Amino acid sequence: MARSATTASKSAETRHGAERANSTTELTRAQKLELYYYMRLTRSLEERLVNLYRQTKVVGGLFRSLGQEADAVGSAYALDRTKGDILSPLIRNLGSMLVQGARPTEIIKQYMAKGDSPTRGRELNIHYGDLVRGFIGQISHLGDMVPVMAGVTLSFKMRKENRVGLVYVGDGATSTGAFHEGINFAAVQRCPLVVVVENNGYAYSTPLSKQTAAKQLVDKAIGYGIAGEQADGNDVIATYEVTKRAVDRARAGGGVTLVELMTYRRKGHAEHDNQSYVPAGEIDRWAAQNDPIDRYMKTLRAEGFEESEIAAVDTRVVEEINRATDEAEASPMPDPTDSLVGIYADPPAADALWFREGIKSAVKEHERPASWGTHDV
Amino acid sequence: MSEITYLEAIREGLFEEMDRDENVFCLGEDIGVYGGAFKVTEGLHAKFGAERVIDTPISEAAIIGAAAGAAHMGMRPVCEMQFIDFISTGYDMLTNYVATARYRAMLPCPMVVRGPSGGYVRGGPFHSQNPEAAFLHTPGLKIVYPATASDAKGLLKSAIRDEDCVLYFEHKYLYRRIKEEMPAGDHVVPIGKARLAREGTDVSIITYAATVWKALEAAQQVEKEDGLSVEVLDLRSLLPMDDEAIIATVKKTNRVLIVHEDTRTGGVAGEITARITESAFEWLDAPILRVTAADVPLPYSPPLEDYVLPQTSDIVLAIRKLAAY
Repeated sequence: MARSATTASKSAETRHGAERANSTTELTRAQKLELYYYMRLTRSLEERLVNLYRQTKVVGGLFRSLGQEADAVGSAYALDRTKGDILSPLIRNLGSMLVQGARPTEIIKQYMAKGDSPTRGRELNIHYGDLVRGFIGQISHLGDMVPVMAGVTLSFKMRKENRVGLVYVGDGATSTGAFHEGINFAAVQRCPLVVVVENNGYAYSTPLSKQTAAKQLVDKAIGYGIAGEQADGNDVIATYEVTKRAVDRARAGGGVTLVELMTYRRKGHAEHDNQSYVPAGEIDRWAAQNDPIDRYMKTLRAEGFEESEIAAVDTRVVEEINRATDEAEASPMPDPTDSLVGIYADPPAADALWFREGIKSAVKEHERPASWGTHDV
Repeated sequence: MSEITYLEAIREGLFEEMDRDENVFCLGEDIGVYGGAFKVTEGLHAKFGAERVIDTPISEAAIIGAAAGAAHMGMRPVCEMQFIDFISTGYDMLTNYVATARYRAMLPCPMVVRGPSGGYVRGGPFHSQNPEAAFLHTPGLKIVYPATASDAKGLLKSAIRDEDCVLYFEHKYLYRRIKEEMPAGDHVVPIGKARLAREGTDVSIITYAATVWKALEAAQQVEKEDGLSVEVLDLRSLLPMDDEAIIATVKKTNRVLIVHEDTRTGGVAGEITARITESAFEWLDAPILRVTAADVPLPYSPPLEDYVLPQTSDIVLAIRKLAAY
């Protein structure tokens, strides 16, 4: 199914009893510029990671969110960091993590498998979290974070804390059992949870038409007895507003909302994916007509933001990424024996196997995999 | 102090831990007003309310996943699988999410997944399972499987207090068949320590859960009929496993029989055998033997189930074979 670049640009649609909010946003001028900063940081950081990937400094696969920066940033921006809200990102939600306080140096270290990365070289890419800053690391099994975030928000409810949780899933994850079980349980318990379904048209190579017979994913909200809203995921303000309504509803005791954000994945599943399954012209059309950053820059200019203000953000982003790259490159790789530490609280480390006793490193040189399944063509 | 059953010991453990720590809560199917399929949680709802004794939809993945999320935030959830056979529908959550959380993300998962396990009850293929081998292979989980009422209570309390996820298998055949007086005070049994259920010098039986009782029966019989002295080691914890106690009994009797109710291939007995041969091979005077269930889904009809599951007579036969070797 070819996707039109214009289908997703319809305005936020209110469904299933959700109240339509005032379309004028209450964001301040500084906040609007901050939204631009996070989107630009997401894109530029990923571009830097592409460079590092091509220099073979990224050990594993590289996952891009090109063209989806607005939905990650706008939705995360609707959470209240001062209240301790928590989100769980998916692989294309780097932007949401940056909003919650993840730093470029952490991201680059993760990709480069460094010993002082947030997971000490144990996990890949953006699979990491920090409860203090309010994001929980995902696992690769799609849909699994929905029950987990149901439990996180259940704890908010049990402790009468004024906090909200947000979990991202893609269009593909809505087909999983875990998604269904998690959202249903959270709905029954009226957990303060927002489930963002980021509909980017493809799950790896599988188009939405092969994922579901539903006309639109937001319709699933009806079956769970929860509020559902759909919005243009490439309009950062629309994304912010629809999520803000869901967050407010959750915080007020109104339970779970399913928010479907319509967007488009312009890169492959990961950097190796040649996107041979995408109809000709589709990617170019989205790039030319519906790039979320281009669109937002137009909005900012129309609202009277100076070129110099936008340029200052761009400069700040480049400087931050340069510093982060330098720091990450200078970081050490992990000590091999750290692989045995921290499986349990007690015992604190597993014993070395007898053939590794007294040995610091398993091999002299570490091989990198040539690719993750499919080679670049 | 009066004697209480294995089932009542579990319930007492739940009451005491929920009383002690307000972060402890229970979730599962039909555990609230109804008190659970076997009534293990009876009375909890009346005392602690619906917020801490949560009736859930039929969603094992959600029960386990939500418990993990709540545990990250400092709660101490106790999940009930209505029958442990249904834990397989939460296998992904347990093995991929829960077991890895501390290691990959520094996220603690102090939670318990418990449920009625085991056969000898004519439950058929889906109400009789022993799922321990499926999880023994997963670093990050702990597994306990008590055989006595006091261990049932003490291990449950330890499991709830543990900083990691503990799978707590309770044997439904033992629920109302054994009784014991509980030790006084705050009775906790450490995870990872075996219990010497019977001392002996000729043959060692290493076992756990319901077959501990069959091993004890067999030991009595061969003592009377053959004059053999049989030692019975009740592992209680399978992960971590008490290697020290296993090796000690091997060195004492030099003849080892491993008994479990679970099926044979890929079962816990194979793992124990490997450990013994790796570290105490020269102490063995006979091959290590296994008495286990046959490799079949557990059938319903009594003649079939009895044929498949290990019986006391099988253990007697194995002891005699080992002693004569």
